[in-house]
Amino acid sequence: MMDRLDVRKTYKLYIGGAFPRSESGRSYPVFGADRQLLARPARASRKDLRDAVRAAREAWKGWTMQTAFNRGQVLYRVAELLQGRRAQFVQELRDAGAPEPEREVDASIDRWVWYAGWSDKVHHVLGTVNPVAGPYFNFTFPESMGVVGIVAPETPALLGLVSRLAPAVVTGNSLVVVASESRPLPAITLAEVLATSDVPPGVINVLTGFTRELTPWLASHMDVNAIDLTGVPEDQLDEVEAMTAGNVKRTVRARVDDWFDDAVAQSPYAVTALMEMKTVWHPMGA
Amino acid sequence: MGDEIERRDKGAVTATVPWEYAAAPESKEIVRIQDRYGLFIEGRFVDPLSGRTFETINPATEETLSVVSEAGPEDVDLAVRAAEKAWESSWRDLPGRERAKYLYRIARSLQERSREFAVLESLNGGKPIKESRDVDLPLAAAHFFYYAGWADKLAYAFPNREPRPLGVAGQVIPWNFPILMAAWKLAPALATGNTAVLKPAETTPLTALLLAEVIQEADLPPGVVNIVTGAGETGAALVNHPGVAKVAFTGSTEVGKIIRRAIAGTGKRLTLELGGKAANIVFEDAPIDQAIEGIVNGIYFNQGHVCCAGSRLLVQESVFEPVLDKLKERLGTLRVGDPLDKNTDVGAINSAAQLSRIKELVESGIQEGAEIYQPECHLPERGFWFCPTLFTGVSQSHRIAREEIFGPVLSILTFRTPEEALEKANNTPYGLSAGVWTEKGSRILWMTQRLRAGVIWANTFNRFDPSSPFGGYKESGFGREGGLHGLEPYLDLVPR
Amino acid sequence: MATDIERVSDQFSSSSAVALLGRVPSVDAVGLEERAASLAKRSIKRESKLWALDLAIRCVDLTTLEGSDTPGKIVAMCAKAVRPDPTDPSIPSVAAVCLYPALVPVAVGQLKSTGVHVASVAGSFPSGLGPLPGRLDEIRAAVEMGADEIDIVLNRSAFLAGRYRQAFEEIVASKEACGDAHLKTILEIGELGSYDVIRRASVLAMAAGTDFIKNSTGKIGVGATLPGALCMMEAARDFFHQTGRRVGVKVAGGVRQAKQAIQYLVLVYETLGAEWMTPDRFRIGASTLLNDLLMQIHKERSGAYQGPDYFTID
Repeated sequence: MMDRLDVRKTYKLYIGGAFPRSESGRSYPVFGADRQLLARPARASRKDLRDAVRAAREAWKGWTMQTAFNRGQVLYRVAELLQGRRAQFVQELRDAGAPEPEREVDASIDRWVWYAGWSDKVHHVLGTVNPVAGPYFNFTFPESMGVVGIVAPETPALLGLVSRLAPAVVTGNSLVVVASESRPLPAITLAEVLATSDVPPGVINVLTGFTRELTPWLASHMDVNAIDLTGVPEDQLDEVEAMTAGNVKRTVRARVDDWFDDAVAQSPYAVTALMEMKTVWHPMGA
Repeated sequence: MGDEIERRDKGAVTATVPWEYAAAPESKEIVRIQDRYGLFIEGRFVDPLSGRTFETINPATEETLSVVSEAGPEDVDLAVRAAEKAWESSWRDLPGRERAKYLYRIARSLQERSREFAVLESLNGGKPIKESRDVDLPLAAAHFFYYAGWADKLAYAFPNREPRPLGVAGQVIPWNFPILMAAWKLAPALATGNTAVLKPAETTPLTALLLAEVIQEADLPPGVVNIVTGAGETGAALVNHPGVAKVAFTGSTEVGKIIRRAIAGTGKRLTLELGGKAANIVFEDAPIDQAIEGIVNGIYFNQGHVCCAGSRLLVQESVFEPVLDKLKERLGTLRVGDPLDKNTDVGAINSAAQLSRIKELVESGIQEGAEIYQPECHLPERGFWFCPTLFTGVSQSHRIAREEIFGPVLSILTFRTPEEALEKANNTPYGLSAGVWTEKGSRILWMTQRLRAGVIWANTFNRFDPSSPFGGYKESGFGREGGLHGLEPYLDLVPR
Repeated sequence: MATDIERVSDQFSSSSAVALLGRVPSVDAVGLEERAASLAKRSIKRESKLWALDLAIRCVDLTTLEGSDTPGKIVAMCAKAVRPDPTDPSIPSVAAVCLYPALVPVAVGQLKSTGVHVASVAGSFPSGLGPLPGRLDEIRAAVEMGADEIDIVLNRSAFLAGRYRQAFEEIVASKEACGDAHLKTILEIGELGSYDVIRRASVLAMAAGTDFIKNSTGKIGVGATLPGALCMMEAARDFFHQTGRRVGVKVAGGVRQAKQAIQYLVLVYETLGAEWMTPDRFRIGASTLLNDLLMQIHKERSGAYQGPDYFTID
C-alpha cells in the first residue's frame, strides 16, 4: 500500500493579521539539517516591510491602550496555543537541525508564560513616586514606545525569537519581526498561532527573507521607534546602528550565550528597555 | 527701566507713580575671573597641547571675560587616559560610602559658593540672576546631594542585578544651563563609580572651570573628573575616543544624531537629551491666571533657551481671547535687560549665532503669515537681545510651530476638543515635555496617558528636581536624567 | 466676558450675580503662591522706595478695634493719624482711622477738615451674624454720626452654606444703607478655606457694589497673606476688564513692617497697575505699621537704622 501523500504548507508572511505572499513575488529555499529542501518561504521586500510597519502603527494605538491585565491574558493564551502545537514546533525545529528541539519548545512556552506575567508588574519594578522638594505630586511610570523592530537571532530559531519578541510586545508595543533567515519556519508557525490567538491583527508582524536586506530598511524607517539588533550580523552592525540615528531610534542588542539560561536570557530589564519613562508633575494645593 | 510707567500709562494717575525697580544690586565683586584658564586634567589646570585658546564673553555686553583653552585631540586623549587611570587605580574600587562623601563635599561647596557661581553663570551665559540664583545653583547642589546618597545604596536600586560601573564617561553639555547640566552629568556618573571627562559648551565654560576648583578643594582623586573646554571638534574627539565607555550628550537633535552615527557599532553606551517643541495646552476650565504664569514661565524662562520650553501654546478656542489679552498684558510687565539685575525677567541671548537663528525663524513666521506681537521693549545697544515675542494665527505647518526656536518666542494655536489638542500636541518628531492646564482631574490623566512626551507638567510648567526623571520620547532623545532612572545609563546591570 | 450680565448701575441683579459666580475661574494654589513669592523678591530703587513709603502712609487705615477703646485712646490715635511724625511736616497724614461705631463722634470731632477719613466697622463686626435689620441700622447710625467709610463683613455663614443670593443681597442692602459713604466688604479669607472661594467671594462682593474688598477683620488667626491678596487683586483686575469699574483692595491683619507694605504695593503695581496706587483704591489696615514706615523713611534719609524710642506711640 502506498502511503498517503502529505499536504505541504506554504510559508507566507504575516502582516496586519493576514498571510500574504511577498508583494515582490519572491521566495527563497530553506534547507534542513540533511540539506534537504524544507520549504520556499516568502522573501519579503522593503515594501512588505513598509506595509508591516504601517499595520504595526495602526495596531499599536489599540494595543497600548489595553489594560495590562488584558495584555497579560492575551499573551498567556498564546502560551496555551503554543502548548497545543508543541509537536509541530518540535518537528520543525528537528527538521531545521536544532540540537534539542523538545527542550527548546518547552523553554519557549515557559518563557512566554514568564513574560506574559510581567505585563502588569514591570510598573512596580521601575515605576517611582518621586519626593520632589516642593508642593508637587510627582511620579514616573513606564509605557510602551510604539513600533519596535526585531531582528531575531538566527539560532535558536524559536527560543531566540520568543525571548526577544515576548518582552517587547507585553507592554503594548507592536512589532515588526525579521525572522531567522536560515530557520524561518518556526516563526511562521508562531505567526499562525498568533493569528488564532487574541493578539489583535497588526500587533505582531512577521517577515521572512534576507536579514541583511531587510534590516537597513527597518533601521532607517522613520516611523519605527526602537529596534532590537540581536540578530544583526557583527559586520553589519556599524552600518545599521548609524541608520537608526535618522529618527533617534532606541536600540537594544542582547548578547546571550545560552538562551536556555533563565538568569541571562530573560529579564524584566529586557521589557523596560523597550519602554519610555513618563514623569508627571501636579501641584498639591487646596 | 523708567519707561515701564510710560508703557503702562492708562491715565493721568500714572504720571505721578515713580515706580522703578532697583538696578543691578548683585555685585560682580564676588567673582574672581582669571585672565586665562587651562584645561582641568588629572586634578590640575594645564596648558593645552594644542596651543590654541579662545575668548569667552559676556553676551549682555560683548566684553571679553577671559581666555579659555581649546582642547585638541591630544589634550582630550590626555584627559581620557587620566580618567581611565583614575578609574582603574582608585575610583572603581572605592567603597560607595567614600564616593558619597566626595559628592557631599561638592554639594556643600556649591551651596557655600552659590552666589559666586550664580553671578558667574549670569555673566557668562546671559541668564537673569534671579534664575541662576534661585533655580540653577540650588538645583545643581541638590543634584550632587541627591546622587551622593545613592553611591552606597546602588545594590538596592535594581532588583536581582549587580550594578557595575562602565568606566570613563564622556559628557558633552549645552550652554543653556551650564552648571546645572554639569551637575546632571557628573553626579550620577561619579555616584555609580565611573570617572568623567566633561566638555562644557563653547560659549559658557566658566562655571565648569570654577567647578574644577571646587573639585580640587574636595580632594577628589586626580583624574576622576576632567574638564576640557572647546567647541564641536573637542566634543567629537571626546565622544570618538576609544577609551570612553559611555557617552552622555545634551544639546541639539542635529548633533545628537551625528554622535549616534559616530559611535555606531562601538558598543559605547549612549544617552541623548535633545531638542523639543513642547505643547502647553490650556483648556477652558483652567486656572487661568496661574496658566498665564505657567505659559510665561514655560517660554520666557531663561530667554526660551530651554529644550523643554512650552513653545507651542494650544488654547481652547472658547477662552482664546481672554487668554491672549491677559498674556499680552503680562508680557508688558516682563523686564528685559541686565542679567545681573535681580528684577530682570528676561536676560541676554546667549550668543550672536543663537540670536541670528531666532531672528531668522521669527522672520519666517512673519513671512508665513502668522501675526507677531511684541510689547514695547527697550533693548540695550550692546550685547545680544531679543524682545519677548508671541505669534497668533499659527498653524501646525508653520516653521515656528515645528522647529525648535530656542528663544523667547511663543507660537499660539487653538483647538476645540481634547482629541484635537492631543493630535496637535503629538504631531511633532519631538517628545520631551508637555503642559496641561485644566481643573478636571480625569482629563489631566486622560491627556497624560496619551501625550507622547517624557515629562508632563499638569497645572504647572518647567519644574525640575533631582529625584524626578527627565528625558524625551522620539527625537528628543533617550535615557533619563534624575531619580532612580538616572542611575541606569551609567551602570552595567549584571545578573546576580 | 460678562457683558451679557444684567446690571443695575454698579450692581448686578442677584440672579445674574449668582450666575457670574459659576464662571469665576478656578485658582491653582501652588501657582498663585509661587507668583506671590516671586513678586515679593522684587527690590525697588531708593527714590521709588521713599515714594512707596510715603504712599504706604497715605494708604493706612490707622485702626483700633478693641472693646477697651476709650475717647482718650481715639483722640491720641487721631493726632497720630493727622501728624504721624510731629517733628516732620513732610510726612503725610494717613488715609483714615478705623474704629467701632460708638467712637465715631470722637474721631469726627478730632479730624474735622484734616482730610483724614473716618471709617467705622459696622454690621455686627466681626461675625456679621446679627439680625440683618440691626446690622443695617448700625451702618446707618455710623454714617449719621459722620463716618464716611463703612467696613462690613461678608456673611460667611450664608456664603459658605451656599446661600450666595442671601450673602449678595445683604451686601447690596448694606451699600444702600451707606448712602454716600464708601463701603468696604471684609471677606475674612482665613475662614474661606481656599483661593477658589476667596476669588468667588471677591466677585460676589464686587458684583454687589462694594467699593473695596478687604481680606481680614484682624480678629482671627489668619490675617493678610500675599497670595490671598494677590488672588483678590486678580479678581479686581478681571472685574475691571469685564465691567469697567475699579474696585479698591484693602489688606489688614498682621501687616506690621514697612517691607511687607512694599511687597503689597508691588502686588498692586504688577497686578492692578498704577491706577490702583492711590488711597482711593488701596488701603492697609494697621496700627504698628505706621511707626515702622516712619523708621524706614528716616533710615533711607539718614542712612542709619532707627530705634523705636524716637517714634511716638499712640
